[in-house]
Amino acid sequence: MIKKLSMAAMAVAMSATSSLAATNITWWHGMGGRNGEVINEVSQKFNAAQTACALTPISKGTYEEALASGIAAFRSGEQPNILQVFDAGAATIINAKGATVAAEDLINNAGYKFDRNAFIEGVRYFYADPAGKFIGMPFNSSAPIMYINTQAFEKAGVAVPKTWEEFEAAAPKLKEAGYIAMTASQLTWQFTENFFSRQNIQFANNNNGYDSVVDTKMNLTDKNLVMMFEKLKAWSDAGYYRYYGAGWNDNQKPFEEGKVAMWIGSSGSFGGLQKTATMPFSADFLPYWKGIQGAGTNTFIGGAALFAMAGKPDAENKCVADFFQFLTSPEIQKFYHQATGYVAITEAAYELAKKEGYYEKQPVAEVGIKTLMLPSGEWSKGYRLGFYPQIRSVMEREYNKIFAGETTVQKAFETIEKEGNDLLARFAKTAG
Amino acid sequence: MAYTTSQPQPGGFLSRLGFGGAARKKPAAAAEEMKRVQFTSPVLPYLFLFPQLAVIFIFFYWPSVQALSSSFYIEDPFGFGSTFVGMSNYTDALFSAEYQSIALFTAAFTIIVTFLSLSIGLLLAVKADRIIKGSSTYKTLLIAVYAIAAPVSGLIGMMFFDQHIGPFVKMMSYLGWNMQVGLNYYDTAFAMIVVAVWKQIPYNFIFFLSGLQNVPVSVREAAMIDCRSGFRRFWTVVLPLLAPTAFFLLTINVTYSLFDTFGLIDVMVKDKPANNPITLVYKVYNDGFRGNDLGGSSAQSVILMIVVFVLTIFQFRYIERRVHYN
Repeated sequence: MIKKLSMAAMAVAMSATSSLAATNITWWHGMGGRNGEVINEVSQKFNAAQTACALTPISKGTYEEALASGIAAFRSGEQPNILQVFDAGAATIINAKGATVAAEDLINNAGYKFDRNAFIEGVRYFYADPAGKFIGMPFNSSAPIMYINTQAFEKAGVAVPKTWEEFEAAAPKLKEAGYIAMTASQLTWQFTENFFSRQNIQFANNNNGYDSVVDTKMNLTDKNLVMMFEKLKAWSDAGYYRYYGAGWNDNQKPFEEGKVAMWIGSSGSFGGLQKTATMPFSADFLPYWKGIQGAGTNTFIGGAALFAMAGKPDAENKCVADFFQFLTSPEIQKFYHQATGYVAITEAAYELAKKEGYYEKQPVAEVGIKTLMLPSGEWSKGYRLGFYPQIRSVMEREYNKIFAGETTVQKAFETIEKEGNDLLARFAKTAG
Repeated sequence: MAYTTSQPQPGGFLSRLGFGGAARKKPAAAAEEMKRVQFTSPVLPYLFLFPQLAVIFIFFYWPSVQALSSSFYIEDPFGFGSTFVGMSNYTDALFSAEYQSIALFTAAFTIIVTFLSLSIGLLLAVKADRIIKGSSTYKTLLIAVYAIAAPVSGLIGMMFFDQHIGPFVKMMSYLGWNMQVGLNYYDTAFAMIVVAVWKQIPYNFIFFLSGLQNVPVSVREAAMIDCRSGFRRFWTVVLPLLAPTAFFLLTINVTYSLFDTFGLIDVMVKDKPANNPITLVYKVYNDGFRGNDLGGSSAQSVILMIVVFVLTIFQFRYIERRVHYN
């Protein structure tokens, strides 16, 4: 807390000195630790690069806390210029028409030319409207990827699986070699939302929720999804897969300790894992089911986007546009990508990092981007579902019950679908 | 501070001694005169009351009214759209199986934590009261835990019960208990109760100890002559004299279990409750601040307010009657 306060104070002091005539803009975010420091560095770079605008970043705690603070501030007319909103909160802010200015409009109005195609494929749709117009500016983006304990695979003498079929064949050998074959950190993201993307299956009607909130219903009793979890449960019973609960770190830790052969995590975990892993590791794409027709498509981005809040003077909006423009420049994207492990969101930044030979030194850093750049399918673009944080809570509750043996997979998904659809119906009323 | 006096006892006592209202001018009644001073302006008392009233109004009445009004709507969090839904936020909550099971857990949690922390606190206080040598060391050690902030105690508890590194979990695995806090509902509940009780014992200990030291030695000695059984002496003489302290602590402990354990729960479930037990307050927070469902969350907080209201009335009407203040 003290650190946060002093950092904010420092940032304020910094902006005060550099901004006698400059327009001040604020940026509320939900990042801590090293990622929070990088945000301050990016802001300093922006303030040093020009004199017209002075940007002050302020940490509001976690993603959820940042969104809650942003909402409370908006209701009392004290909103920041830029608010960072995480993936699950996207429907909340995008459906509140009038709360934000679309990033694409903002940038075009400021006299720049916004080019959607400059962004890599998997980034383009998640924070955009159904017509593809960018509402939020993608910022820290990550993809689910598979981390590999290379020693485990050498010891077991099996190849790294590309598909779940291959995993099923390799798992007994990995177990024999003394390893838990797999752990995974966030089943809601990796095995549900991105399961639909990776196998190219429809998640919800109304175009995965993008087109309308009215009568949106989720397709959670899809037979392929149920099959995936029945497999997970069977693997868990056979000792191939181990579930340590809904907490992210509880599932990551055994991998760091070298007890697990492969761990499904985030491309953004890379930076931290370099420090904590006790064994050599590499990474590859999240596996898919070869047996499912059309599977193997790309995943959509996780992480968060920046939203320009409405109700601000034109001069400040111009500064926000300047900053977005600055942020998507190849140099800054490359800096952010390398400093945090989040993926570069523009083709140009990716090419720049590649040209420098960054991925030859750090091949793992490329896996996330490559996952997002895989060919896309009709249903691989993600979802737009309201009250989604609560829907995730329902999923987490039922998934725990599945692995504790308190319910069957079929029943669990029936419950999630029912409660989730009730939540979606509630959300539709908020727009009323 | 000047205030009006209407306290009957000293006044009655003084007038019986001959210092009536009429005797106000006598120098011997200087103290009495001080008490009789009236406010010169009728506005002044309200002016003095104002800060307190303002605080209550701003931090209690105003938010309560806001919660009450938004509990009848389903609302877009940014405040653009809202639909009047009557009582359906209340019925949605009360009839949902999840809410019911959380309410049940909250009740069980409150009763168990209150009972255990009160009884262990009392036991330790009685034992510490009898010790003569090194008593301050014992007392300091027992009280020290109280200085730990709730989230920190949650953090300590979390490490103690961690699936991978928790010493308690390792210990239990030798006994054949495969403890999985965060995955198994009952294991998490167990860990939460242990940490919540551990955190609250010192508070109860301090109050019980000072209560015990207020029991007059003469009474104890008289009891000693009448009765040989130490337990019976405690049960029939000391405990009734402790009743006011115990009643106060009961109220405080119930409030603690219901509300103050929030930080601890948040840390222990690592902000992903999944199927782990949570209390009603945590549910209000989860739906309102993380889920942005303001209407549903407001309705839940109104329900909680009613529960506390009823509980307070019950405590003061039915339990306090049995308490004798001497």
